[in-house]
Amino acid sequence: MRDFRLALAQIKPTLGDLERNLERHLDFVDRAAAAGADLVVFPEQSLTGYFLSDLVADAALRRGAELLQPLRQASRGIDVIFGFVEETDDHRFLPAAAYLHHGEFAHVHHKVYLVTYGLFDEARDLAAGSSVRAFDTRFGRQAMLICEDLWHPTTASIAAADGADVIHGLSSSPGRGVAGGRGQLGSAETWRRLNRCYAQLHVCYVAHCNRVGFEDGVNFWGGSEVIGPDGEPLARAPEFEEALIVADLQDAALRRQRARLPLRRDEDPALNSREFARLAARRYQTDAG
Amino acid sequence: MPADPSLRARAQAGLQLDAGLVCRVLEAFIRDEIGKFGIQRAVVAVSGGIDSAVSCALAARALGPAQVRAVLLPYRTSNPASRADAETLVERLGVSSVVIDISAAVDGLLRELDDDPSPLRRGNVMARARMMALYDQSEAFGGLVVGTSNKTELLLGYGTQFGDMASAVNPIGDLYKTQVQALAEALDVPCAIREKAPSADLWAGQSDEEELGFGYAPADQALYLLIDEMYRPADLTAAGFDAALVCDLQRRVVRSQFKRRLPVIAKLSNRTIDRDFRYPRDWGR
Repeated sequence: MRDFRLALAQIKPTLGDLERNLERHLDFVDRAAAAGADLVVFPEQSLTGYFLSDLVADAALRRGAELLQPLRQASRGIDVIFGFVEETDDHRFLPAAAYLHHGEFAHVHHKVYLVTYGLFDEARDLAAGSSVRAFDTRFGRQAMLICEDLWHPTTASIAAADGADVIHGLSSSPGRGVAGGRGQLGSAETWRRLNRCYAQLHVCYVAHCNRVGFEDGVNFWGGSEVIGPDGEPLARAPEFEEALIVADLQDAALRRQRARLPLRRDEDPALNSREFARLAARRYQTDAG
Repeated sequence: MPADPSLRARAQAGLQLDAGLVCRVLEAFIRDEIGKFGIQRAVVAVSGGIDSAVSCALAARALGPAQVRAVLLPYRTSNPASRADAETLVERLGVSSVVIDISAAVDGLLRELDDDPSPLRRGNVMARARMMALYDQSEAFGGLVVGTSNKTELLLGYGTQFGDMASAVNPIGDLYKTQVQALAEALDVPCAIREKAPSADLWAGQSDEEELGFGYAPADQALYLLIDEMYRPADLTAAGFDAALVCDLQRRVVRSQFKRRLPVIAKLSNRTIDRDFRYPRDWGR
């Protein structure tokens, strides 16, 4: 990995107002650049807002959309990761995280695990992605996952096995759970546990960028953070308010931790592959039977 | 199955609030959800009870006292102490206030009825007269109506539909009664309001807990386990909860479901409001 400065843009998107959200993105890209960042990350569906429901078809964009041009242009200065809803040629709408570099889409991840339970109803309106890949950037290999993806530990395992030195989590995480004695929201507590766990077990950087603001009474709690490969937080944004935080990611820290804890070296994709293939076949047989 | 005493402890722990955190979320909620409509003001029906005191205090903290109007809506049979408590609260919070006596409106309507309405019907008329006056003040003051129904009464259906249940934004609808009581302390609501027995004050001597036939504390614990933790009624009775109480709560929640939803619409088209025409409330906000 090449050392670089990462910025997380914890913004408050307006539901369904893409123009306004675009302005907010451009503003935060400028601020990140001014803070010396090489890459700035926005939250899940940062360009569209989250609880879209029937607005999905209006908010979805093709990669070539005119509206995206200013943001692509801005990525000629620093790299940008942002969230939107992508429309495919056959008119499916997929929650997407895009990595922009020098005006181009270097990589797009589509959320593989849609969330359809409790207060969530994504599978009604959206289509799921079908792959998890790390990809090369000018700073080394990285991967992007979207919110619910990270509630399935296998996605992070794939990203790490694919060589990601940085795993970006883009979220629109609703704040809930206010029981006393914890000092934080239940959802915040869980996310912080997950982020630290992923960083430590996969011996990589984890950057979790969560939005703020309210939609239909639901709060998004923010608290974006960057976790080092030893599982310790490097930077953390405040809760409930817009913020830009930066952290310096260093190859030396990765090297030191991997020398101490060679978990990644010892991970065995062939073992995983055999066992998952067996389980997939069994599930298929069970379903068919 | 042996009784599980830990279930009651689980409910007690689950109902404990981090008051500072809750206030922070609820103040931001009021500011944000009202602000989205280009409005910075709120009106709250203040009865002298604890629910409206908490809603009003949160609104005052969220928007600033000058942006909040407390609307006092006494009826001639209301307990005079309620009005005094409401005035103490208004003074402490520094919000503006207006008193609108609903006696003439309510009595005028009741006079037109040719039977002798039950206390329940009279109570509903009062609650809806208050709603009318409150929504008039919403327009007059240029503020949205901040609701005062807590989670316990919403779940039990212990409120008047299109009456005290009506509001634009409700900061306390996800807090059980006993949680509202805990929050009142953190918000420095006057002692007199916090310490008196909860009452709808629709007639002299009315008491919520007498009328419901159970106390809020055990009811909240049972509701928390049934609703928030998704335990089954049998789990609660096995853990030592009163079977009659659990059964009564469950029945009330089911029977009042309609009160928590929009009126049911007969489906005819391919895209029916709220059924397959589903847009967020904050559409374009």
